[in-house]
Amino acid sequence: MTKRRWLQGLLLMILVALGIFAYQTRQASQAGGSITAVGSTALQPLVEAAGEQYTADHLGTFINVQGGGTGTGLSQIQEGAVQIGDSDLFAAEQKGIRAKGLVDHRVAVVGITPIVNRKNGITRLTTKQLTAVFTGQVTNWKQVGGKDLPIVLINRAQGSGTRATFEQFGIAGHQAKTAQEQDSSGMVRQIVQTTPGAISYVAFSYVTKAVQAVSLNGVAPTEDNVVTNRWKIWSYEHLYTKGQPTGLTKDFIAYVQSPTIQKTLVRQLGYLSPSQMHVTRDVNGQVTPIGGTHS
Amino acid sequence: MTKSPEQLEQELKRRSKAAKLEIWGRVVSFSALILIVAVVVAIIGFVASKGLATFTTNHVNLWDFLSGKNWNPSLTDAHGKPEVGALSMIVGSFLITVLSAIVATPFAIGTAVFMNEISPNRGAKILQPVTELLVGIPSVVYGFIGLSVVVPFTRSVFGGSGFGILSGTCVLFVMILPTVTSMSADALRAVPRYYREASLALGATQWQTIYKVVLRAATPGLMTAVVFGMARAFGEALAVQMVIGNAALMPHSLVDPAATLTSVLTTGIGNTVMGSLQNNALWSLALVLLLMSLVFNLIIRLIGRKGRLQ
Repeated sequence: MTKRRWLQGLLLMILVALGIFAYQTRQASQAGGSITAVGSTALQPLVEAAGEQYTADHLGTFINVQGGGTGTGLSQIQEGAVQIGDSDLFAAEQKGIRAKGLVDHRVAVVGITPIVNRKNGITRLTTKQLTAVFTGQVTNWKQVGGKDLPIVLINRAQGSGTRATFEQFGIAGHQAKTAQEQDSSGMVRQIVQTTPGAISYVAFSYVTKAVQAVSLNGVAPTEDNVVTNRWKIWSYEHLYTKGQPTGLTKDFIAYVQSPTIQKTLVRQLGYLSPSQMHVTRDVNGQVTPIGGTHS
Repeated sequence: MTKSPEQLEQELKRRSKAAKLEIWGRVVSFSALILIVAVVVAIIGFVASKGLATFTTNHVNLWDFLSGKNWNPSLTDAHGKPEVGALSMIVGSFLITVLSAIVATPFAIGTAVFMNEISPNRGAKILQPVTELLVGIPSVVYGFIGLSVVVPFTRSVFGGSGFGILSGTCVLFVMILPTVTSMSADALRAVPRYYREASLALGATQWQTIYKVVLRAATPGLMTAVVFGMARAFGEALAVQMVIGNAALMPHSLVDPAATLTSVLTTGIGNTVMGSLQNNALWSLALVLLLMSLVFNLIIRLIGRKGRLQ
């Protein structure tokens, strides 16, 4: 009997402790000291790292960062369920999203490059060849100047921002042939690295010595070439808000766009800063040079 | 101390402590039941409403959905209809399920026979804990092993990328093996002892007894075990997704990338927007998955009923 009493007491204490904890967190979120950012997994590391730094500098605030994918981010922000939606795409490009009412904050630029297995014997291709490879017109690497190896296509999942960018700017708007699909860039690199004949595409930050990045039309996939738009396959990373941001959301986005973060975190994590760019690109792919910074 | 009749009557009419406890117990267990039923109904209702939206709001033809071979929800075909043909995934799911069950069944029944008939002592000491351990390994671990061991192996033997139904079968077979084994063992254990005694008394050897008596008598139970394993294989997502390659194509060979209902669901759901056709189409896949597991359950019940009648 005493043992049972003791157990009941313990249970009660745990309940009370949980109640207090819940009450505390409720206070924090009610005070407007907490916001949630949901969406793109490609952008997640940056928002997470920036959020940690921000909360360390501003006690009492909390930036809750979740993945889930670009589609999730945009649909959640459209419904107003979260404060920030992370996206690899312009909201207007995503099907099922009414871009009106969503405000775009560009926080980074990411370059995307085709990568191939080192055994393929390919280091350069033309856009035409790349398109032929990804649409299935060419099925062996020797047809485009490589070794006698069958081509193994690896796509990112349908609706992935990286895939959308690659299809739009890498293979001239064609739809890649249905083939293997993987839902993360790390996995894609791993497969390309180990599979002879494999080709896929990843963000610059995922390129390592173990895979071969491919030059396109004589242009190497480097940051300098992205900045001048000589390398065409790149996209903005967006933070979307519903209407103009206010309060903590506004402060946090300003913080991510501030020179301190743009010069440190953004660069460290393998993105480019939009302020480095010599051009801007709109939702239709229209490129305009930024005045005064010709190169 | 004597009690007045009124006092006595009151005391007798009052509910005893035990009776109160009983009512309390009934309330608790009944509300638990209600909660579970409500959750199940809510899940089925939600998946059905989302999954049927493809056909009601997006006006996709049910037959096109079930028999179409092109899965590209964001594109439209020549007739302006969205390409939401799920056949390749349905085929992929069934193929991988049936194959892994075919591979797993002999191993499972063999293990169960060893544990129950041939060497009950050693079986209970070694095999039982080992199979239980296999059940406890998370599916992501199976997937990871599949990715780093099975896929390179099939690649080096059969060429290609190594991703495909064959790799998926290898992983799934190990995953469902413990389930099928322990259920088969239960089925063998349920065979009455006097069956064996009678057989042995007639001069049958142990092998003859196992083959002609025990396994025959346990057939419904063994079939239930296999179907249960198949149900598990059908619904497994993560491990399969890591090794099958996720290409929504009709499988032409066992070593080409293919896709299952679950693998397409897990890769796609984060990249679509709630309420859009792309999202609804994925929910339709989930609905197919749910209906199939209901079918598996029905089969298990049918087998069970048939077994009892015999």
